[in-house]
Amino acid sequence: MKFLKTAARNIRRSPYQATAAILIMTLTFLAVSFFAFLVVGSSDIINYFESKPQVTAFFKDSATQSQINALQNQLSSTGKVASIKFVSKQEALKIYQEQNKNDPLLLDLVTADVLPASFEISAVKLDDLGPISDMLQKSPIVSNVIYQKDVVSALDTWTSAIRKIGIGLIALLSLVSIFIMATIIGMKISQKKEDIEIMRLVGATAWYVRLPFIAEGVFYGITGAVIGWALATGTLLWLTPFLASFLKGIPVLPAPPLGLLSLLGLEIVFAVILGIISSFIAVLRYLK
Amino acid sequence: MIKLENVSKKFGTGTFGLSEVSLDVDRGEFVFLVGPTGAGKTTIFRLIIREMLPSQGEVLVNDIDIVKLPKNKLAQLRKKIGVVFQDLKLLFDSTVFENILLPLDVAGIKRTEATARVNEILTQVGLLEHKEKFPLQLSGGELQRVAIARALALAPEIILADEPTGNLDTDTAWEIVKLLEEINKKGTTVIMATHNDEIVKNLGKRVVRIEKGKIVKDEKAKNHQSHENQEKKEEEKKEHEERKEQEEKKE
Repeated sequence: MKFLKTAARNIRRSPYQATAAILIMTLTFLAVSFFAFLVVGSSDIINYFESKPQVTAFFKDSATQSQINALQNQLSSTGKVASIKFVSKQEALKIYQEQNKNDPLLLDLVTADVLPASFEISAVKLDDLGPISDMLQKSPIVSNVIYQKDVVSALDTWTSAIRKIGIGLIALLSLVSIFIMATIIGMKISQKKEDIEIMRLVGATAWYVRLPFIAEGVFYGITGAVIGWALATGTLLWLTPFLASFLKGIPVLPAPPLGLLSLLGLEIVFAVILGIISSFIAVLRYLK
Repeated sequence: MIKLENVSKKFGTGTFGLSEVSLDVDRGEFVFLVGPTGAGKTTIFRLIIREMLPSQGEVLVNDIDIVKLPKNKLAQLRKKIGVVFQDLKLLFDSTVFENILLPLDVAGIKRTEATARVNEILTQVGLLEHKEKFPLQLSGGELQRVAIARALALAPEIILADEPTGNLDTDTAWEIVKLLEEINKKGTTVIMATHNDEIVKNLGKRVVRIEKGKIVKDEKAKNHQSHENQEKKEEEKKEHEERKEQEEKKE
């Protein structure tokens, strides 16, 4: 493990270059971590909406129980409905109270009378959502229909845009960090040219000379990944209370610790690859 | 042991560093390479360790044509040849100990074993008390000794010393030459490039004179004995003495 000692000495002896290399890696992995949070979070939000009733029909206050039952039978007879759940005014209030249990002001303002009764309907196929929604809208006892396919597809569009921007930005930052690291390691090789020549003349193999520089690249990669992940995770944990109140009812936060650790593991693997690629470029360029 | 056959080295500028040089050095020999600056002495050394390739001819070390040696075998070749460079090529940010440790480390020798070997060589060259010093803290003669010690680290079969007495006063120069002679007596082939005529004359070893890239004179040693010859003669002497003893007993 002599090459690790040599790499450690090289890092110690040029702290500014080492800091620059670590900073660019940190920036890359900060972006990787944030985009990972965004992509995973938005996927979770989509899954949540997909698992929820896809059509919600709110009844007018004038609707009677027999009218509601008749509509339910009519919907069931089409064969397009997977499930129908009737939510009464009382049940709606309970749901509202559960969602706003930490906000007594909001609880005081609302009573069961204010909230409408509703149907929560899931379709057998997504294509059936249109006809079901049409049927509900035509019914005289229905005041409003929320058709969640729009929400899901809008979220889907956003997520795929975020994913594309993220991948593009990460690819660009990775490329920048590879070139910056290759330049920094190349400078170090140039500085040690005389020492390297001496090593070769006393019988050092090419790998004896190369390994410390490759270890150095891997070190910068891993350090940058750990710092970038820690900063992003710290920020996420700090923002969790605000985000949780914003995403009320959608169980995305807090982020599971195992998921965060898996992300760190993946980032370290990616960092090692980036470190090896950049130091290899430097070694091949400057150590012919 | 070392054979240069019809070797020429033409540099990029079109000038010849060496021109059709042939040289044969036996195992255990001590050879002086003499000649003015730029005659081609260092070029011969650089060809022997394959720091450069000849434009023409063969360079053989232990019957292996090193011109055709694959690159991955180069490290192995260089471990067999210890070189005392004209500009010393010491690591100035490392101690004397670390400088001598380098070839052992490169060869993958265990630290405890390598430390013992470094101490042994430092004792041999008389620098044990300076082992923790940096090259800048040493005198010219001491620096030469460090370079020789590093060349000796892997107990090489060949030592190439390029002007090891170059900038030294007469007494120190003699100390260095005596050290190289001692190393040679232990069986190591030594080729030393020098300008110092006094040393060359007084030591009575083989002298190869180079001028303008050509060997102009090859004077065999006055007491020319390669290591093998020396051993042979010693054996003959022993046999002769034994025979004499037996004859005396019979009488």
